[in-house]
Formats: sequence, structure tokens, C-alpha cells
Amino acid sequence: MSDSFNLEIVNPEKLFLSLDNVSEVVVPAFEGDMGILKDHISIISFLKPGIVKVFTGNEKKELYVEDGIIEFSENSLSILTSRIIDIKEIKKDDLRSIMNEANEALKDENLDDQKRFIANQKIDVLNRLS
Amino acid sequence: MASLDDLKKRITSVKSTQKITKAMKMVAAAKLRKAQESAEKGRPYSDKMHNIILNLSKNINDKENAPKLLAGSGKDNVHLCVVMTSDRGLCGGFNSNITKKAKSYFKKILDSGKELKIVTVGSKGFDQLKRAYKEQIIENISFKESKNVNYFDADKVGKMIIEKFGKGEFDVCTIFFNKFKNVITQIPQEQQIIPLKSEKSDEKNDVVNYEFEPEEDEILNNLLPKNISTQIFKAMLENSASEQGSRMSAMDNATRNAGEMVEKLTIEYNRSRQAAITKELIEIISGAESL
Repeated sequence: MSDSFNLEIVNPEKLFLSLDNVSEVVVPAFEGDMGILKDHISIISFLKPGIVKVFTGNEKKELYVEDGIIEFSENSLSILTSRIIDIKEIKKDDLRSIMNEANEALKDENLDDQKRFIANQKIDVLNRLS
Repeated sequence: MASLDDLKKRITSVKSTQKITKAMKMVAAAKLRKAQESAEKGRPYSDKMHNIILNLSKNINDKENAPKLLAGSGKDNVHLCVVMTSDRGLCGGFNSNITKKAKSYFKKILDSGKELKIVTVGSKGFDQLKRAYKEQIIENISFKESKNVNYFDADKVGKMIIEKFGKGEFDVCTIFFNKFKNVITQIPQEQQIIPLKSEKSDEKNDVVNYEFEPEEDEILNNLLPKNISTQIFKAMLENSASEQGSRMSAMDNATRNAGEMVEKLTIEYNRSRQAAITKELIEIISGAESL
């Protein structure tokens, strides 16, 4: 496969996912969704809450991420995130507890714009999921 | 000499101690496997994070305006030491190794006339330090309730440190923990996390030119606090693996010592029993002879 590159997703507990035949990854970058194909320019960026889409051949994988940072260089993509869940395995209870967390965060009146934006974004994504 | 009854009691008591230490060893061995696994699994994250930050800091041209977490506050007056220990005892020299290392560092700082502040993570470290450094300890955190090491606990500690740094309460922050090498060896470590030390900066000269989205400093501002939590998390993972390893070898030793003691006591018990029998026999025989 000549159009594929490596993907590594790590969270603090473990290496979450490691693939070497990824054809495309779409990540929710902070300034808008970003699709990454082979031979993309080296880039460092960070993520907002959203869905990471991973395409391998005909398969498609969707993962919910809460935050994180991506690094792409020399055809290997690393995604570092503190919370990541496969959408297929996500449970209603998880969704609810994450939702509550975000709502709690919004109640804080001293929230700066960035945090407010992130919390709103989180609720948005969760609503779409449920 | 102790009577037969006393010896018997002592043997039973040592035997039951041995049973306890043996069980603790087994438990520690089982926990160790898990802790070691998660320590090894956690390494990629902190390594990657470290690499990205290294790359970022190389790409920053304007060193003067670099974020304070990276460059420091420009002063070196107040030192914050985060001493990370366990919440439970009976693990050999585990906790005292860390506090020993920390104490020598404290002395260096106090001798050079700088101010010292201490945060202890884990109740055992607090117990060992509170007598000598009561004034300096500003916070004591313990995660007795959480069963396993998790990232959110580490994040709490990280956020607290950053908040204190933001208020200007200290200039340099160092963490102390045990690095897990193998079951017998754990190396106490000190690691400076604020300002960030990039010790390997000369090794790699092939600077990759990255595209940044958004700007470098915005990424750094976001990433550096996370890095601190990550480093603390790594320290916690290493610590928990070390704790179990240390406990396992300590309990192994204790079990062996108890075994030796039981053996010695049994010999002593048998001897004195024999002596008592012999004594009785002599009495009977000499009684019969005198008739």
C-alpha cells in the first residue's frame, strides 16, 4: 500500500491504537476539521472535543476525543489525548457523565472564552452522538 | 532459659507472622505485574509529549517571550519540592529512600539561603517529613481512596502546581519519586519540571520544520500544563510499580527471616525438651540407686 501511513494514538494509560496502513485521518483540530493524507506537511496542532475518523482501506473507525495534540512528521501521525473512546463501545452512562461534567464547567462564571468554547463544543458533539 | 511453653508460643507466633508476610508477598507480586505493565504502557505518552515539546521549543526563536513554564520566572529564590511517596507502609526502604534523597536536596537549598516549600503526595512521606520540616510543608495530598493510579489524580496535582506558579508562589519546582528499574532496584529520582530542562537538546540536530496551527506560543501555552500533569502521572506510575516491587522483596526477606527463626526456635525447643527428659531420667536412676 503506497498511499498509507502510520498512526499512533496514545493516552496516558496506554498505547490506545497503532496502525500502519491508514489511508486518511480526519481530526477535529482547534481551528476546524483537518484531513490528513500521506505526505502531509509536518504539522503540530491541537484538538478540540470531537470525532476522529480513521480510514483504513474500506474500513472506517470513529473515536471520540476530548482534547489532545497531534503531530505529523515523516508519514507518521501521533495523537496524544487524555480521553478517547471508540464510538461503538461508548455507553449511555459514559455520555451522561461526560455531559454533566461539561455542564458543571459551564456554570463557573469566571470561565474564560476558550474554556467556555471547549465545553460548548463538547456538549455539541455529545448531543450529536446520543 | 525460657520454658517449653514459652518456646512453643513463640514458635506459633513467628509462624503466623510468616504466614502474613508470605501472603503480603503474594499480593504484592500480583499487584506488581499490573503496576509494571501500566508503567510501561504509560511511557509512550510521556516520551511523545516530551519530544513534541522539545521540537516546539527548538522552533521558538523569541526566547525572551517564551512561556514562563518553559523558561522559568527568571528568579531562583523559592523552591517547591513535590515529594511523592506511598500511602501504605511495610515496603522496605521505599519511602525512606525518597525522603532521604529529598532531605539532602532540602539541605542544599536551605544552606544556600533560599526559601523552601514542600508538597507531599502520599501520607507516608508526610509522616516522615512533618517533624523536621513542619513549617515548610504547604500541602499534603493523598490518594488513599483511588484504587489504581489514574490520570485525573495526577492532573489535580499538576493543576495545583500550575496555579501556585501562576500566583508567583515559587520559581523552581522539583519532583521526587522512585524510578522502577527492577524488583530489587528502585532508584530515587529528582526531576525538575519548572522551568523545563531539556537535557538532550544537543543530541538531535535534525530540526524538523513544523507547521503550527495555531501559533507556536499558543500551542506551548496549552501543552506545557499538560506536560506537567503527564510528568507527575509518569512519576506516580513509576512509584506504584516501585512500591510493589519494594514491598515484594521486603516481604520475601521477612518470610525467609521468619523461617530461619522458626528453625532456630524449634532446635532450641527440642533441645530443652530432651534436657528435661534426661534430667527426669537421671533423677529416677539416681533415686533407684540410692535404695
